[in-house]
Amino acid sequence: MEELNFEQAMEELEKIATELENGKLTLDESVEKFEKGMKLSKKCSEYLDNAEKKITVLIKTDENMEEDDFTI
Amino acid sequence: MEYKAISVTQLNMYIKNKLAEDEKLMNVLVKGEISNFKHHYTGHLYFTLKDENSLIKCIMFKSFAQNLKFEPKDGMKILLFGSVSVFERDGVYQIYGKSMQEDGMGDLYRAYEELKNKLQNEGLFNVEHKKKIPIMPKCIGVLTSNTGAVIRDIINVSTRRNPNVYIKLYPVPVQGVGAAEKIVEAIKYMNENKQADVLIIGRGGGSLEDLWPFNEEIVARAIYDSQIPIISAVGHETDFTIADFVADLRAPTPSAAAELAVPNIQDIMLKLDGYKTRYRLALKKKIEFMKMRYEKCMTRRVFKEPLQSINEKYIVIDMKVKSLINSIQLKLKDSRTKAIELITKLDSMSPLKTLSRGYSIVSSDNGKVISSVKDIVKDEDINLKFIDGNAKAKIL
Repeated sequence: MEELNFEQAMEELEKIATELENGKLTLDESVEKFEKGMKLSKKCSEYLDNAEKKITVLIKTDENMEEDDFTI
Repeated sequence: MEYKAISVTQLNMYIKNKLAEDEKLMNVLVKGEISNFKHHYTGHLYFTLKDENSLIKCIMFKSFAQNLKFEPKDGMKILLFGSVSVFERDGVYQIYGKSMQEDGMGDLYRAYEELKNKLQNEGLFNVEHKKKIPIMPKCIGVLTSNTGAVIRDIINVSTRRNPNVYIKLYPVPVQGVGAAEKIVEAIKYMNENKQADVLIIGRGGGSLEDLWPFNEEIVARAIYDSQIPIISAVGHETDFTIADFVADLRAPTPSAAAELAVPNIQDIMLKLDGYKTRYRLALKKKIEFMKMRYEKCMTRRVFKEPLQSINEKYIVIDMKVKSLINSIQLKLKDSRTKAIELITKLDSMSPLKTLSRGYSIVSSDNGKVISSVKDIVKDEDINLKFIDGNAKAKIL
């Protein structure tokens, strides 16, 4: 997940599913892919769980930009 | 002169027919200012059109009103196209409007069309240039006014779809002088500082003049140059601004833009769970398949009586060893017989055998065998070899 962004991770998950389902892998390879897929999907879930709600507004101060919480 | 009385209805009907005969009144374009504007709940528009000296009642039915690209209001100067007819019940003549345009907008429309054609020819609207909207943007940048319904709608829809969404608002004026420059500045800032993974640029509906910043060339070019994918959500569904054409994705409304930018987290979670289920099933199937293969293998004789085949092989090996030994012994015996024969033959040919029959070998002093009488000289010492010893002699 460090080296993959969410899109790539989702693509990888799909690829692993297809490879596992077509049954051409050896048992060892299957187990390896299974573990990889499970880890990756766990990481994706964690990524979603750990996301934090943030609604901010960029405010220009002199030459800088500051990010503040925004409420309607 | 005698008058025949007619009814009011008859009179109004007569006048109506008179007006209907006039072709000019069938299609008129009238300019004036709106007053007494009323948007009836049925969808029809009722208003008065006036200038300094005069006024006329107007109506526009819902079927025409829904095509309007702006919201008419009191005080607005407009061009109204329609026909003049009589409303018999009230005995009033009025304009039945078919379409309406803001007066003075003609120049803007022309500018809009010209810029649209120019940018289209330059390829700014080309599909190949459109960037993909990421399915899971970490941060959504919103360029709009920090007050009003647009940002509120976007926040509402976004948080409903993903409670942990990250929205970053860059407030910009969305109408009036200088708005375009501010929008350009915002797009550039977001890009240069990599502030978001996707941008929504939007504002609510309004007149063509209100939407004008989104029809300016600098805005169009900034959108085109943006490395961050941009979703445009300008005005109502029927408003198409140049920004909409250049943007990577056009949303009909700000809420729709939020839906396009923010994935529904429930869907993603379901999808992730779906993958886990698929993996488990696939692996289970694989293991079952391997188990079946294993069991099938195990029913074979070689696994049932594994020593059988080994023993069979041993027998073959034993037989081979035995025949090998046999053939070696045979060969040995053969060779021995042959050797004896050769030794006998050799013995019979030996010079020693000849000496024993009474012959002797003559050789010179230097050991050279003398086999011819020509090789001897008088008084030469010679050697004689007998079977049982040597002797010296002298040639006489």
